[in-house]
Amino acid sequence: MASDKVTTFTDGNFDTDVLQASTPVLVDFWAEWCGPCRALGPTIDALAGEYAGRVSVGKLNVDENPGITVKYMVRGIPTVMLFKGGQVVEQIVGVADKAEFKKALDKHL
Amino acid sequence: MAALTREVTIIGSGPAGLTAALYSARANLKPLVIEGLEAGGQLMLTTAVENFPGFRDGIMGPDLMAAMREQAERFGAEIIRGHVSSIDLSTRPFVMTVGDDRIETQTLIIATGASAKLLGLPSERALMGHGVSTCATCDGFFFRGRPIAVVGGGDSALEEAIFLTRFATQVTLVHRRDAFRASKIMQDKALANPKIVVEWDTEVVEMLDASAGAVNGIVLRNLKTGAQKTLAVDGIFVAIGHTPNTGLFTGQLDADAGGYLITHDGSRTSVEGVFACGDVQDHVYRQAITAAGSGCMAALDAERYLESIQPPPTTSAPS
Repeated sequence: MASDKVTTFTDGNFDTDVLQASTPVLVDFWAEWCGPCRALGPTIDALAGEYAGRVSVGKLNVDENPGITVKYMVRGIPTVMLFKGGQVVEQIVGVADKAEFKKALDKHL
Repeated sequence: MAALTREVTIIGSGPAGLTAALYSARANLKPLVIEGLEAGGQLMLTTAVENFPGFRDGIMGPDLMAAMREQAERFGAEIIRGHVSSIDLSTRPFVMTVGDDRIETQTLIIATGASAKLLGLPSERALMGHGVSTCATCDGFFFRGRPIAVVGGGDSALEEAIFLTRFATQVTLVHRRDAFRASKIMQDKALANPKIVVEWDTEVVEMLDASAGAVNGIVLRNLKTGAQKTLAVDGIFVAIGHTPNTGLFTGQLDADAGGYLITHDGSRTSVEGVFACGDVQDHVYRQAITAAGSGCMAALDAERYLESIQPPPTTSAPS
């Protein structure tokens, strides 16, 4: 299911790959056991393809990366945040339609 | 997708939609199922389902839905991802938009179900995903070793409260009345659980703290005494019932004051050729088994309607 355009973000690479990235970065906070997260997966994969080169798209597993999960106070998944210049500029909680993500992304391009 | 006209299109993929798909697939109607955003429906958010007949030892909600889906597909139902953004029920065939695709169908079975209701507080919206949740099985994990509150008094509120005791140090059930609406068996289980405390006759005034960006408390008011107090909690689960997903059909189909579609003579709606099943038309029973049963009715009603407007296909299989 995972597209090769989807990056894996971790507590270790978050600073360089998300906060210091030159493009906006879409981060999908997810976990293996979360049914709605799996339902959202294909939408995230599709966005990674459509916005390749313009937005960096990736997933952060909340089980394996408690540091970032706690830092951004994520207590519900799926939660998707858009980072630009190291700041959270958009966030969508729960499963949403691709159109809703595109609307949020296009505001910041 | 080509603009071919379907005989049966089903919106929704919970027990109602998938049972309708199973029956219409077995009637050779090659149904198209549009899954919707919450694929699999509310059972995807549950754990063990112990009241679906035939599963003596219970079955996990997501496993039951995966099995229903595979069963429908085995007989030729086509299930697609996506959700319907608009629909026109004034033309024949009916026309709907799914993403960039246009779908035409002679009959429509609506099985869009219901979604969790929220209290409507601004702080609730602001803290969604940061301590406020409507899905205990999704988000319970985040509250290991922390105190939480569950708002509501029905079966699902009590079930969530019991489930959340696996993680939380204490679960406070906040309920507006002095008695639960939940079934006796669920009440007994909840009240016997040492981690569950109940705030009766109590409403939620505010969720704290939107300015901090995460939940750290809840302000409660006792409806009998008027006394307010703040409880320190890290999570708030809202389980105050459901609201039907009928926004697409507003003004096109008759609905009751609560927004539920009105059906007559089985699953028929106010527009000929449009049928409704499951929670979108049922605010009384709302069980997986009643949803599945009504999905079966909708499929049979749609099949009979199709026969009434055209000669039966020669390859028709017995239902």
